[in-house]
Amino acid sequence: MHNKTIAELARGLRSGEFSSVELTRIFLDRITQHQNLNAFVTVTPDQALAQAEAADKRLAEGSSGLLTGIPIAQKDIFCTDGVKTSCGSKMLDNFIAPYDATVVTKFNEAGAVMLGKLNMDEFAMGSSNETSYYGPVLNPWDTKTVPGGSSGGSAAAVAARLVPGVTGTDTGGSIRQPAALCGITGLKPTYGRVSRYGMIAYASSLDQGGPMTRTAEDAAMLLQTMAGFDEKDSTSVDKPVPDYLASINQKLEGLTIGLPKEFFGEGLDAGIAAIIETAVEEYRRLGATVKEVSMPNLKYAIPAYYIIAPAECSANLSRFDGVRFGYRCENPSDLTDLYTRSRGEAFGKEVKRRILIGTYALSAGYYDAYYLKAQKVRRLISEDFKKALSEVDVIMGPVTPSTAFGLGEKTGDPIQMYLSDIYTIAINLAGLPAISIPAGFLNAMPVGLQIIGQYFAEDRLLNVAHQYQQVTDWHQRSPKGFE
Amino acid sequence: MSLTADDVKKIAHLARLGINPQDEGNYAQDLSGILDLMVQMGSLDTSEVLPMAHPMDQSQRLRPDKVTEHNQREKFQAIAPQVEEGLYLVPKVIE
Repeated sequence: MHNKTIAELARGLRSGEFSSVELTRIFLDRITQHQNLNAFVTVTPDQALAQAEAADKRLAEGSSGLLTGIPIAQKDIFCTDGVKTSCGSKMLDNFIAPYDATVVTKFNEAGAVMLGKLNMDEFAMGSSNETSYYGPVLNPWDTKTVPGGSSGGSAAAVAARLVPGVTGTDTGGSIRQPAALCGITGLKPTYGRVSRYGMIAYASSLDQGGPMTRTAEDAAMLLQTMAGFDEKDSTSVDKPVPDYLASINQKLEGLTIGLPKEFFGEGLDAGIAAIIETAVEEYRRLGATVKEVSMPNLKYAIPAYYIIAPAECSANLSRFDGVRFGYRCENPSDLTDLYTRSRGEAFGKEVKRRILIGTYALSAGYYDAYYLKAQKVRRLISEDFKKALSEVDVIMGPVTPSTAFGLGEKTGDPIQMYLSDIYTIAINLAGLPAISIPAGFLNAMPVGLQIIGQYFAEDRLLNVAHQYQQVTDWHQRSPKGFE
Repeated sequence: MSLTADDVKKIAHLARLGINPQDEGNYAQDLSGILDLMVQMGSLDTSEVLPMAHPMDQSQRLRPDKVTEHNQREKFQAIAPQVEEGLYLVPKVIE
């Protein structure tokens, strides 16, 4: 049962083959059985079973939707009314959210069953899930390696079949990189497509929530529920949501794929390059044509990102002051001591690093040299993409320069860790949608293929990904011990 | 670009962020390394480029000046570290 896709489970529920309660119990059991992965921060069995009962009623009445009765889980960055929302931080270890994020509301309205909240890097700052206050998540393909981050719990849970579909968020690659390292499908939508209301902010001009599933078809089903304009998010874009499943079966004849030469240079593992080339070859067989494109400013993406994201993070995280919610230090001597010690005791090292960088970059005398410069570079990178996407339909390339690295391997060197985001960060700066899909294995570890599309062309990306998944079976492989 | 432990102390104060004195040197080193990455951007001429704040260059949406939120003081204060009679408590600010 746990190997079925969301599309298959939805059919089974509607035909009465099994109930949502049965399904929910199976996945809750698997979560307990594989606790060692540390994928969940909070499991909500009582609430899940109540939701499942309600879903079964809706299914019996015939008032069900696409996701009614389907078990899902939320990254612990989405506020859930009455349920602890930690964001992977000691700062919010005692935080019971007083309201639901819009994404959570939408899943609830759809009748989906939330099994719990997923582990993540602290405040989504990290590429390995090792900055979480709740400890690292293990990659089910090799438990000595990281699952990637920041949506590491999300990716590991789907890969280990603990839940068929989950949410993630992506500020610099946090959906696509863990999806690639865990061998699942992860979509980062266009900036503004999915509401950020109730999604705890890291870098507001880059953050975007999206689905993580095993197949593109399942991702389409989740995105259908998640996407849409939201008055409560001032950066939400008011544009109709297409029917993502309607175009998924379109053939790919005539599709033009751009390969940026900058994606295949120094630093990319030769084994990964070969797997990407094989995947592109498969697309040629499906009727696509391929041409080289160039994005000369891509090399500036990491410096621009590591100014813009920390600058926005330093502003966003100033709300955690120990006064109205979250952690407060013992016996503060005065107000400054209360702020300084509460923040100092409750934030982890990586969060502190980024707050410091951001504070420095925004401080008097440095704003023009760092933040403003980075925002100008951001436009140049975005124009590179615009130009490339005027010549081709989609851009393809690797998601990560290597497969999953070892636990602890990069924690001592923040810059090495930052460089592992090299192929994903530029897409966030431009605000474009991109999907990571399983494309093969290198030394028994999964490798992802990244497909980048035009603004709001999620339908096209899902179509291109789905067609590949019709002729390959990488997305169906399960890690040993989790079959 | 090289920052000292003293610089870190100043930045940490601006951010009201407690840092262990023995970690200041490490942070100075990390931050200097990160700022060195930024130097690469200097070689790009951006004098004619407009800064980009929103991918679609969308400006902030305005809404009618109407009350949309209702008061949920009790619910919000239930998760506060310290409250009394509906007020958030902090250490004495004025002697």
